[in-house]
Amino acid sequence: MRYLPLTTDDRAQMLAAIGAKSVDELFKDVPEAARLDGLIDLPRRQGEMEVERQLAAMAGKNIPAGQVPFFVGAGAYKHHIPATVDHLIQRSEFLTSYTPYQPEITQGTLQYLFEFQTQVSMLTGMEVANASMYDGSTACGEAVLMAHRVTKRKKAVLSGNLHPHYQDVVANLSDFGSYKLVTEPPCPKGTEGLAGEIDEETSCVVVQNPDIFGHVRDLSALAEAAHAKGALMIVVVPEIVSLGLITPPGEMGADIVVGEGQSLGNGLNFGGPYVGLFAAKQKFVRQMPGRLCGETVDAEGKRGFVLTLSTREQHIRREKATSNICTNSGLCCLAFTIHLSLLGEEGYTRLARINHANAVKLADALGAVPGVNVLNEAFFNEFTIETPKPGAEVIDALVEKGVLGGVPLSRLMPGNDEMKNLIAVASTEVNSDQDRAAYARALKEVLA
Amino acid sequence: MSSMNAKGRPTGTGAETGFAPHETFTGNRGLVQEEPLIFELDSPGASGVDLDEPEDFAPRLGGVARQGRIGLPGLSEPEVMRHYVRLSQKNYAIDSGLYPLGSCTMKHNPRLNEKMARLPGFGDVHPLQPQQTVQGALELIDTLAHWLKELTGMPAVAMSPKAGAHGELCGMMAIDAALRARGEEGTRKRVLVPESAHGTNPATAAQIGFTVDSIPATEDGHVDVKAFKAKLGPDVAAIMLTNPNTCGLFERDIIEIADAVHEAGGYFYCDGANFNAIAGRVRPGDLGIDAMHINLHKTFSTPHGGGGPGAGPVVFSQALAPFAPLPWIVHEKGAYRAIEHEGESTGQPFGRMTAFHGQMGMFVRALAYMLSHGADGIRQASEDAVLSANYILASLKDVMSAPYEGPCMHEALFDDSFLKGTGVETLDFAKAMIDEGYHPMTMYFPLVVHGAMLIEPTESESKDSLDLFIATLRDLAESAKRGETERFSGAPYLAPRRRLDETLAARKPILRWQHGRNEPASKAAE
Repeated sequence: MRYLPLTTDDRAQMLAAIGAKSVDELFKDVPEAARLDGLIDLPRRQGEMEVERQLAAMAGKNIPAGQVPFFVGAGAYKHHIPATVDHLIQRSEFLTSYTPYQPEITQGTLQYLFEFQTQVSMLTGMEVANASMYDGSTACGEAVLMAHRVTKRKKAVLSGNLHPHYQDVVANLSDFGSYKLVTEPPCPKGTEGLAGEIDEETSCVVVQNPDIFGHVRDLSALAEAAHAKGALMIVVVPEIVSLGLITPPGEMGADIVVGEGQSLGNGLNFGGPYVGLFAAKQKFVRQMPGRLCGETVDAEGKRGFVLTLSTREQHIRREKATSNICTNSGLCCLAFTIHLSLLGEEGYTRLARINHANAVKLADALGAVPGVNVLNEAFFNEFTIETPKPGAEVIDALVEKGVLGGVPLSRLMPGNDEMKNLIAVASTEVNSDQDRAAYARALKEVLA
Repeated sequence: MSSMNAKGRPTGTGAETGFAPHETFTGNRGLVQEEPLIFELDSPGASGVDLDEPEDFAPRLGGVARQGRIGLPGLSEPEVMRHYVRLSQKNYAIDSGLYPLGSCTMKHNPRLNEKMARLPGFGDVHPLQPQQTVQGALELIDTLAHWLKELTGMPAVAMSPKAGAHGELCGMMAIDAALRARGEEGTRKRVLVPESAHGTNPATAAQIGFTVDSIPATEDGHVDVKAFKAKLGPDVAAIMLTNPNTCGLFERDIIEIADAVHEAGGYFYCDGANFNAIAGRVRPGDLGIDAMHINLHKTFSTPHGGGGPGAGPVVFSQALAPFAPLPWIVHEKGAYRAIEHEGESTGQPFGRMTAFHGQMGMFVRALAYMLSHGADGIRQASEDAVLSANYILASLKDVMSAPYEGPCMHEALFDDSFLKGTGVETLDFAKAMIDEGYHPMTMYFPLVVHGAMLIEPTESESKDSLDLFIATLRDLAESAKRGETERFSGAPYLAPRRRLDETLAARKPILRWQHGRNEPASKAAE
């Protein structure tokens, strides 16, 4: 077996040194009833070529985003990732290193985490950020739990325009944690008023910007309403590129900002791994979940970095920890950080402008198709269209025409008749004028 | 005098000059380069990406356009490349050396797996694409699920949990859901957790409202079955047990423990972090386990990536299978279908752990690992891991101190009693390993042993590599006993950084760079 360096001879010598007759002796604590003598009924070892052939056959049955005019979003976005990113994250020293528990020999990881925390703070307009969560949805769930700890209250108010999967994750944690949850119905027009639901029991109000329908809003008034009742405002950013063009949540009064960082550096990967962003006001730092990297000095006075404030964490505090999280998204943070470093201020803000410009062009093109209505007045790179036919049927028919046209909102909110004819459509820098024209043409044919 | 080669160039080493600078002008030491933070390398206006400004258009941002600068630095592509390459050179990695972190399973990460995960059919598909356009992706998840079920002997698996701790949460939620279905959620609130457990176990139980009750260990490192049984009662929801346990031992009374907890009406959660010791030799389903997460980033070698991403699918017994969370895959009428909502299929899912389908990128890597090894290779890998750990235990127990008699499973546990009276602290011993070119073992865990040192060599080391590691630890142990404390107390001397002040970091947390606030590291950054 190509991955196993020990030879038969080595094994014999090692057994002799141990004083065991066979490897079976080393497993003597396993109860007899549970010992497997033979092999499990699964295929035997294979060479690289065979494995590659088998997996390539599976991969070949899928339609990759890069092969067709592609407009699917709703929490994960197709962007161009510079070649440098993937090269660097595959360097052995990054890829095959562990969590930096020994800082003297993991300054590489620690320094990029510090850079990542700084970048996330800057983009969100917040004072501090952690070294990542699993993804946007779990970051959102943890943010609600953190708000409960900070305010010592137990009720969260959720916008109905929060991504339904994120709603489900929060609901799940609230359900098992015996917390109260008020969830507003979805509001496709984007005029939802949440302030009325906030009372003295409310720990937080959770709102997404841009929301699941693509609406972009000023949340300052909502922040004031929350703060007036002693509640926190949690803002969820599903598309981190949006902050190149939109007022950051921190400037709108957010207390905690969570987000999905996939758009920078990370591929679509059919849903994971992604990178959860988590930022907050400095005064809440000791209630934050997850790892934090901090600056310090070494014995010679040189600047260095370490994991810090770990008395919040499970390996020290056990059942009193702020979260059970251990492994997070280290390598995905690195991809995020490298991509953002390549972009820089100019590149990042321009990328955001291109995304918005493309979405505006697409909205105009689709809005001109007979029977199609664009719901949004303000949006970033995603908006919602209403079609005369059910959205799921339209999307399936578009597949036949070689266009992946978006997410039928009935897929995310089945059983809600209001969603039946709605489709969330995203356009990023990867879409060309030809892609948009192909979409408009195909949509016209499908609806004819 | 240097000698000359045929072209008249000097070939000597230069050592005879006696010049050995302690400080360099740049702060660099040969290949060890000092590197500022990316923010300190700013050339305002520069970018490593060429993008054309869009033609004039009327924005539709509804009055929330960002005002002012963000503060991101500008760099060209070669500058970014060099920055991160230099950072990488300050990291220890499995690819560069033995990484004996017990409980963490730092085994070889085959690059075939990376290549497969990057096939556009896996890496460039969206989780919400129409299902007819991702049949191969669903097939991959279903195939991996099949392997996991066969290897564990369990009938069901939830694929979506994002890491081990997330899998624990998933498993404990399923247990809570099953208790609800029995109408016992209000009465069964106590979870039994051995004191040797990973910190994630009690943290997970507490996160969803269970109280944690600690079970003591016996003197030989196993769960105290008598004490465990005495704690059982009608208020016990579950036991959370790691097997093989964190002392590196197989819980030989595990079937008795399972029977007892079931008899008392509770469930058996197994922390599967150490499944790599027994994969292919023992099926957890044969031990009476109800739920167990599998760290794909440990047992099935998806890269640790400096702290993630991981993946933590959870296998379930028949009793818990109906409560498994959304989504899951079914195969019917020749097609795969993702069940994303309750009511689309049978089952009473307790909810959803995360957006989308889980860590697909890790699934591809894990399946590539499994297909490469096969049933025979997986069994061999477990045996080699156990053999290597026992070899280390047998080769070191005369100079270091092992609290428990062997044989061990995939990791060898030592305590610090061999350092008593030497003047060498346990942590110093670990830091001296760094100077010898090794990453230290897991230190101070498990908590049941004083000054624990947990060594997990994995199956990826050759005998020569193990022998050098053993010889190095022997040399260090003997050096400590000879009283050569300076080799330890200041260590590491030769790493990119000397000992870092963690107290300072925690007392005055600096968690981000701010313009003009953070001091540069060296002259090179000035």
